[in-house]
Amino acid sequence: MNDAFPGFSIEPERYELQPALSASSGLDRREFFEKFGAGILILLLLDETLVRGQESGTQTRGRFRQPLPQEIGAWLHIGEDGMVTVYTGKTEIGQNIRTSLTQVVSEELRVAPGSVRLVMADTGLTPFDAGTFGSQTTPVMAAHLRKVSAACRGVLLDKSAERLGVNRSSLTTADGQVVHAETGRRVKFGALAAGQKIVATVQGTEPVTPPAEWKIAGTSLAKVNGRDFVTGKHRYTSDLKLEKMLYGKVLRPSGFKARLASVDTAEAEKIPGVTVVRDGDFIGVAALTPELASAALKAIQAKWETEPQPSRVEIFEYLRSHSSTGRAAGAGSNTTGSVDQAFASADKKLSQTYTVAYIAHAPLEPRAALAEWKDSQLTVWTGTQRPFGVRSELAEALRIPEERVRVVVPDTGSGYGGKHTGDAAVEAARLARGAGKPVKLVWTREEEFTWAYFRPAGVIEIRSGVQRDGKITAWEFHNYNSGASAIRGLYDIANQKIEFHPSPSPLRQGSYRALAATANHFARETHMDELAVLVGLDPLEFRLRNLKDPRLRAVLEAAAKRFGWGSAKGGQGRGFGIAAGFEKGSYIATAAEVSMDAKGSVRVARAVSAFECGAVLNPDHLRNQIEGAMIQGLGGALFEAVDFADGRILNATFSKYRVPRFSDAPPLIDVVLLDRKDLPSSGAGETPIVGIAPAVGNAIFDATGMRLRSLPLAPAKLAAELYGLKQAADYTD
Amino acid sequence: MKKITLFVNGIRRQVESDPDRSLLQVLREELDLTGAKYGCGEGQCGACTVLIGARARRSCVTMLSEAEGKQVTTIEGLAAEAPGATPGAGRLHPLQEAFLKAGAMQCGYCTPGMIMAGVAFLQRTSNPSDEEILRSMQGNVCRCGTYPRIVGAIREAGMVLRKDGKK
Repeated sequence: MNDAFPGFSIEPERYELQPALSASSGLDRREFFEKFGAGILILLLLDETLVRGQESGTQTRGRFRQPLPQEIGAWLHIGEDGMVTVYTGKTEIGQNIRTSLTQVVSEELRVAPGSVRLVMADTGLTPFDAGTFGSQTTPVMAAHLRKVSAACRGVLLDKSAERLGVNRSSLTTADGQVVHAETGRRVKFGALAAGQKIVATVQGTEPVTPPAEWKIAGTSLAKVNGRDFVTGKHRYTSDLKLEKMLYGKVLRPSGFKARLASVDTAEAEKIPGVTVVRDGDFIGVAALTPELASAALKAIQAKWETEPQPSRVEIFEYLRSHSSTGRAAGAGSNTTGSVDQAFASADKKLSQTYTVAYIAHAPLEPRAALAEWKDSQLTVWTGTQRPFGVRSELAEALRIPEERVRVVVPDTGSGYGGKHTGDAAVEAARLARGAGKPVKLVWTREEEFTWAYFRPAGVIEIRSGVQRDGKITAWEFHNYNSGASAIRGLYDIANQKIEFHPSPSPLRQGSYRALAATANHFARETHMDELAVLVGLDPLEFRLRNLKDPRLRAVLEAAAKRFGWGSAKGGQGRGFGIAAGFEKGSYIATAAEVSMDAKGSVRVARAVSAFECGAVLNPDHLRNQIEGAMIQGLGGALFEAVDFADGRILNATFSKYRVPRFSDAPPLIDVVLLDRKDLPSSGAGETPIVGIAPAVGNAIFDATGMRLRSLPLAPAKLAAELYGLKQAADYTD
Repeated sequence: MKKITLFVNGIRRQVESDPDRSLLQVLREELDLTGAKYGCGEGQCGACTVLIGARARRSCVTMLSEAEGKQVTTIEGLAAEAPGATPGAGRLHPLQEAFLKAGAMQCGYCTPGMIMAGVAFLQRTSNPSDEEILRSMQGNVCRCGTYPRIVGAIREAGMVLRKDGKK
């Protein structure tokens, strides 16, 4: 990202700040082999200064009880059966990284993907990882795994050369074997690992295979454990069971910021098979069945003291007026040139305000956790994007050292940035400790909609000036509360002032797929459309006139071409819109066609996205992410909004909080991938969501002449306006 | 508490339970068939979809008593239900195959419910239009947004089933 703006780095979202990378696995060498079995173990060190402190060369044999170095990026084990097991702290939440990471290992080691197994997100087994967010798996973890695999291949070649008494350079690897082409001799990886306890710490200097030569990476390998999902065999956290396990429920306050005034748990305690657990203000129950737990919870009499809080109707005014002074959105200056002077001398000027609502992630698997205490060791299985972060949360909340906590994350029923915290894990652990038995806790949908966190609401103000020929000369951008991600666009504007203003949020807010990039792109790309109208230029042409970045130009042009931009004119209830953006190292342009009926309901008839994220690891899974992001993004674009008043959520069910359904998906959805094998791969789970809202909003303008500046674009309000305009435009044809 | 008999995936099962208990809880917690998922508890998301007889039902809002004496099919029993398949032989239902082929999932949490709803739909509509698929599947939510792929998988499985039917 910083390459685009030398000296200008976007600060992380406030709620994205993570503690510095520290802790190692805590395992020593002997424990490694006890856990993983005999074979060859390759550890990738992240910091080369640490390598120098190790023995010379890349191999260390049989030095048991020597603590492992910190800062290990990845480790990989080859067993006596030739199976390659890779350990990574990343979590699989539907982005299909279990598959893409398998592919890069398979590629570098020259083994079939079926011989590679990934152990993911288990603090007892995998290296430390800050979490699965920020689209970092592909650019960082895939790169680590390529390096550790290439290094492993090097070790296997060394050992084979020794064993066969030949020159290493005469050896190649294929199908899980080292091959000596001259003599046709072959050594299986498993045979090299048999009876061995080899640990090699490597720096990752062995050359990796360039993307242009990929045979397994870069192909559309199907989800590696897909069969487990279509047969119901895969066990999510909420599907797990332990012997003597109880079911938990937690007493929730009557609203946000409510304080417990009094509580009577006597009735609940009388129910056979129920344990009431109290730990400070935490009150919960553990019972033999989920129904019994619910009944016990109902039997608890609690009184809460509440305080008045801002409601949805006043939220934008509240965020705007309670914001702190604008601060530079990044380490560098927030100002280039002179916005005031440029604005004063511009041919045309525009000031507009845009808003975005709080929305919920609503992952289909609600938060869940299963906690077990055994000999003062705590193990918690939970769906989180930050297993090591949740381990710290557990240690702190339960006042035990981290070494006694293990967090295991089964492949999880999605997250979208909503599962960074360990709320359910901490609750289950408290209940399990109180009850003296394992406890499973699965949040209800209503709890998920209420006690999780939300994508921040925000207000964005833009003031701009443009020359008659379409050159933008002044750009001032203020984001209140929603965040700084992608706050600065790639348009080529000499005079800019960009500021982010934090506000106190009445609702608990946090990460969401693409963070504030969605809000900032919506405001920027809507404003760009308004400026194009102001100077009488086609929206695509106007963008290209203000854009030098070749990668963003490439996706804009590719999307326009596939869409057939400019081939039809909007109006009469049919309209076309386009938007482009850049975030987390990836480039996107989205074009949309909308049609509107007499009642003002919006149908997105067609959506095309062109996407570029460097060398593509798995084209089909990338398409799946982009299609899915567009469809999920339509929810926030058209109708998703958390409704709240005075500390309570008013639409905490799927019947009241509308999410995109089958009929909302555009009948024609198309993805153009620009595969740049010459560029490093970047992440793609988030960025594809940023283009759809402005593209649809701009298409609605094209269709109706009405400019909508709030997310969701609120078709209900639109309908009312359209009914009012019925004389002016006939949409019934 | 009452002894209730039902036939789950072709096997006679007897459970001693409150007849008002949700079928979803009984399947998941008593019979350890966790393929059907909890997603909303109000019949709005379809993650808990199972078949009772040939009909797709939201098991989270279906009382155990409603399944008494009936044939209940869950995702775990679907492969064995495939035409000509021998139980345990591991041959997937054409719709399961089509989901894999189309990559019609991301996190997979909605997948069992989607497949069960799709199977019921294909049993009564052998040659569906996309419009019919959309209408029929409207009650099933995929938050990852894989809808177009699911529609494609149902269409594909419909073709396979028609071909199989003609054999």
